[in-house]
Amino acid sequence: MRKILLNIFMILFLLSIQQNSFAYNDTIKLKDSVFHEEKFNPGEFIFDHIKDSYEWHLFSYKGHHYAIPLPVILYSKQKGLICFSSKKIGHAQTYKGFRIASKGRYDGKIIEVNKQGQFIARPLDISLTKDVAAIIFSGLLMIFLFVSVARTYLRNPNEAPKGLQSLLEPLILFVRDDIAKNSIGQKNYEKYTPFLLTIFFFILINNLLGLIPIFPGGANVTGNITVTMSLALLTFIITTITGNKSYWKHIFNPPGVPWWLKLPIPLIPFIELVGVVIKPFVLMIRLFANISAGHIIVLGFFSLIFIFGDMKPSIGIAVSPISILFTIFMSLLELLVAFIQAYVFTILSAIYFGMASSEEH
Amino acid sequence: MELIKPDLGLLIWMLISFSVVSYILVRFAWKPILKVLKNREKSITQSLSAAKKAKEEMAMIEFGNEKITALAKQESETMLREAKEMKNKIIEEAKQEARQEAAKIIDNAIRNVEREKNKAINEIKNQIAALSIDIAENILKQKLQDKSKQQELVNNLVKNIDLN
Repeated sequence: MRKILLNIFMILFLLSIQQNSFAYNDTIKLKDSVFHEEKFNPGEFIFDHIKDSYEWHLFSYKGHHYAIPLPVILYSKQKGLICFSSKKIGHAQTYKGFRIASKGRYDGKIIEVNKQGQFIARPLDISLTKDVAAIIFSGLLMIFLFVSVARTYLRNPNEAPKGLQSLLEPLILFVRDDIAKNSIGQKNYEKYTPFLLTIFFFILINNLLGLIPIFPGGANVTGNITVTMSLALLTFIITTITGNKSYWKHIFNPPGVPWWLKLPIPLIPFIELVGVVIKPFVLMIRLFANISAGHIIVLGFFSLIFIFGDMKPSIGIAVSPISILFTIFMSLLELLVAFIQAYVFTILSAIYFGMASSEEH
Repeated sequence: MELIKPDLGLLIWMLISFSVVSYILVRFAWKPILKVLKNREKSITQSLSAAKKAKEEMAMIEFGNEKITALAKQESETMLREAKEMKNKIIEEAKQEARQEAAKIIDNAIRNVEREKNKAINEIKNQIAALSIDIAENILKQKLQDKSKQQELVNNLVKNIDLN
């Protein structure tokens, strides 16, 4: 079953690349000309790598870009639900009145234009973008990893772990014992452990995949604010739903606070209430900023080669060893950050759950 | 600016795919894994405590064994001692009895010898007496062959008799 799924995935992947390269080989015209003709623009170069996009860029060879086209799904008020491949709108082409905006408020997003090429509206855009594809890929990877490990567990429940199992078991135990049990407490931790395990491994795997520069890595999933927002939102929802009487009492009527701070102006409850919202907000910002900043620095060091190469190729070559050294150093640091940020996000979520479920004492 | 602007489409996809992945993982991975881990920990704790108990029991048994061996040793020693004593006693008794018996036998023998001796002496006496009588008879016979001598004798005898 697993093998069949894997094979299907591989075949689809190979087919999509081939089809794409045929389509692109002759017709391509450089859209962003990062490496040719125009001057190298490090800002554009870096943000192109960090931002979400409608296609999954694989590599460039002799001026040809090879990318996996991803489905674009749009809903516009005039045309209804529309679905097409992203290669139809590559290189500033307009397809069925849609194109990717190259400037303005919706820069890089698909907009609806009229026959004269003037902006009409931004349709509801639920395209399967690069980040969505990366999320689905990492999800499948997680399912593959953990369901197969779970099977091993069920097959020999009382044996020492081996293979993949022995790689993942310390991490699972780490999340369960050092994060969930320590922060939530002996009594309630079991309820939250599955969610904590899911976010921990989701963040960790996506952080690590984000460090791999080639397909299927390279997507900046955990450095995308929408993704971190969703994760923080889930933590917030779970905290709010499972919050017990004691939790709400500590917000609206915190014990041990002088009455005049609560009445007539509910100063402390207001601050507490703001805190409830700020907690997930901080979770969202922290993960996004850490991962994005790491990628920006790595790409920045890498850009140095091309910045100096633009001045004179020989300087670029001279700079490249230093630049590569810095890039390697930053990548190793990012490896550490990948673990740390997964840990921090999970443990903070666990602490919030612990607050929500702790009994009055 | 675009970097920090959440995208609705991505948000929708993220929530959908993350929920699906979460559901599958919770249902088919985390629950079985956590259950097995918990059971394994429980069984390890149980095994350890069982091993500890078995060890304690073993120690107890060993201690008991030692005690039993010591007791048995003591018992055997006392038994040996008793047996020795008994042996000595029996030997002593046997000796005593033998001595007594021997004394008795000797006594008997002495008495028999005495009796036989007396008997023999008596017999000898009787025979001597008989012989003496015979001799005396013969002597008398010879002496009393003439009448004068007989007369003399009678006279002697009569003389010797006191008539009062």
